[in-house]
Amino acid sequence: MKIFELIGRYFLLMGKVFSRPEKISIYRRRVIYEMEALGMNSIGLTAIISVFIGAAITLQMSISLESPFIPQYLIGYATRETMTLEFSSTVVALILAGKVGSNIASEIGTMRITEQIDALEIMGINSASYLILPKIIATVLFFPFLTLLSIMIGSIGGYAIAVLTGIMIPNDYIEGLLFDFRVYSVVYSLIKIAVFAFIITSISAFCGYYAKGNSLEVGKASTRAVVVSSVVIMIFNLILTQLLLT
Amino acid sequence: MIKCEHIFKSFDGRTVLDDISVEFETGKTNLIIGRSGSGKTVLLKTLVGLHTPDSGDIYYDDTCFSSLDFTERKTVRRDIGMIFQGGALLDSSTVIENVKLPLDLFTDQSEAEKRERVDFCLKRVRLDGADNLYPSELSGGMIKRVAIARAIVMNPKYLFCDEPNSGLDPQTSVVIDNLIHDITREYDITTIINTHDMNSVMEIGEKIVYIHEGHKWWEGTKDDILQADNRELNDFVFASAMAKRARGAEMREDRTR
Ligand SMILES: Nc1ncnc2c1ncn2[C@@H]1O[C@H](COP(=O)(O)OP(=O)(O)O)[C@@H](O)[C@H]1O
Ligand SMILES: [Mg+2]
Repeated sequence: MKIFELIGRYFLLMGKVFSRPEKISIYRRRVIYEMEALGMNSIGLTAIISVFIGAAITLQMSISLESPFIPQYLIGYATRETMTLEFSSTVVALILAGKVGSNIASEIGTMRITEQIDALEIMGINSASYLILPKIIATVLFFPFLTLLSIMIGSIGGYAIAVLTGIMIPNDYIEGLLFDFRVYSVVYSLIKIAVFAFIITSISAFCGYYAKGNSLEVGKASTRAVVVSSVVIMIFNLILTQLLLT
Repeated sequence: MIKCEHIFKSFDGRTVLDDISVEFETGKTNLIIGRSGSGKTVLLKTLVGLHTPDSGDIYYDDTCFSSLDFTERKTVRRDIGMIFQGGALLDSSTVIENVKLPLDLFTDQSEAEKRERVDFCLKRVRLDGADNLYPSELSGGMIKRVAIARAIVMNPKYLFCDEPNSGLDPQTSVVIDNLIHDITREYDITTIINTHDMNSVMEIGEKIVYIHEGHKWWEGTKDDILQADNRELNDFVFASAMAKRARGAEMREDRTR
């Protein structure tokens, strides 16, 4: 029964978040600020993980596909497909849930327990909208760039490992990267990450917004934000795949 | 004037406010005193609508606040300033941005007009040279000053202060108390202050309400409080050494008369 109550409260909060903003100009400034805080600051992490995963996938593919009957370029093809379809959207989203989700939940949770949210309410400000809406807009707009970046850097990682180890001819790898390229796969990936961005930001904000008590509770809220948004991401990954690819 | 009638409030079946009726007067510093945990903060937050009372009515002058809906309340809130116990400044904004926020959101003033008003308020609370600092870079006393500046920037008719000098040294406490008192006089504001500090009571207590375990036990002025005939209140009052001394001096005066 508790779960339905929580879901109800989540949607009530979203109703408050999406009600008419006080002043558009203020929100525009805050969206830009949040893009930097939540998006730009995640570029490094995304890049590092993507380059290593791209390299690792290429390495593993070249080991499992080692046969004279399988053309080498397929290794490049497989790396690109894995990055595009699953890693750069879903796995990147899980990583961002850990980084950005915990950040949002602890920031808003701290604002709750230190009465900053009460202070906004007293001024007549819709605190939910003021605090949460810019974060949602910023992440939904920015995370797709992280996904594109991840696909590109992952592919570069694969190329680098081909060159460094000599396990395959780099030109074959490039040929594979370009083989049977479908724009729709990238679009699919971008739609997924946009939905995941909404899930991460709204759920983490929800966990923080209703935190009570002390700093221990803020810590718990931030852990909860990561766990719940990760699970919801996995569920929506299946739903979206079913809807968009079949 | 702010008035509440028969306010009840409980959390999870535990009663925190038990039939509170008080009238707070305009142009005066009204004090709500009591031990910690007695329900002062809950009462204050109920008065401003951050908590909804289980029953009872709240009036702001002629407006029945408790029967207003969400949007109507927002209009009343433009007239309310509040100073929270820990200051509650926005961590991610500088001093200037904190004080300017209400102006940004609710007025159409130009940037220069807003800056002028902010500078005026910061001067009024005697804070200078801290304009571009963040809350984490301020001392406790400075945080309280910024909080006061933010609370008065929209020219409020009602001012609420939750333990304005908690966590401050005694000297700074007196300064902050007097600042709030002077502002109240100057702009004829209805000010309500929560405190458990007897120094504040003797310094600025024009109307005093004593709360104990969610009941109102006594109300009066700082001149009657030392003679009050109420055991609970006496225990509270004379737990403070200064009040004890004041009482001692009075008794000596009585004897020499
Ligand atoms: N949001 C809340 N939920 C449950 N209990 C609360 C809440 N806020 C306050 N209380 C309880 O109400 C009582 C009075 O608290 P409070 O008004 O903060 O006391 P104080 O007089 O120190 O300000 C305390 O026992 C506190 O535990
Ligand atoms: Mg309190």
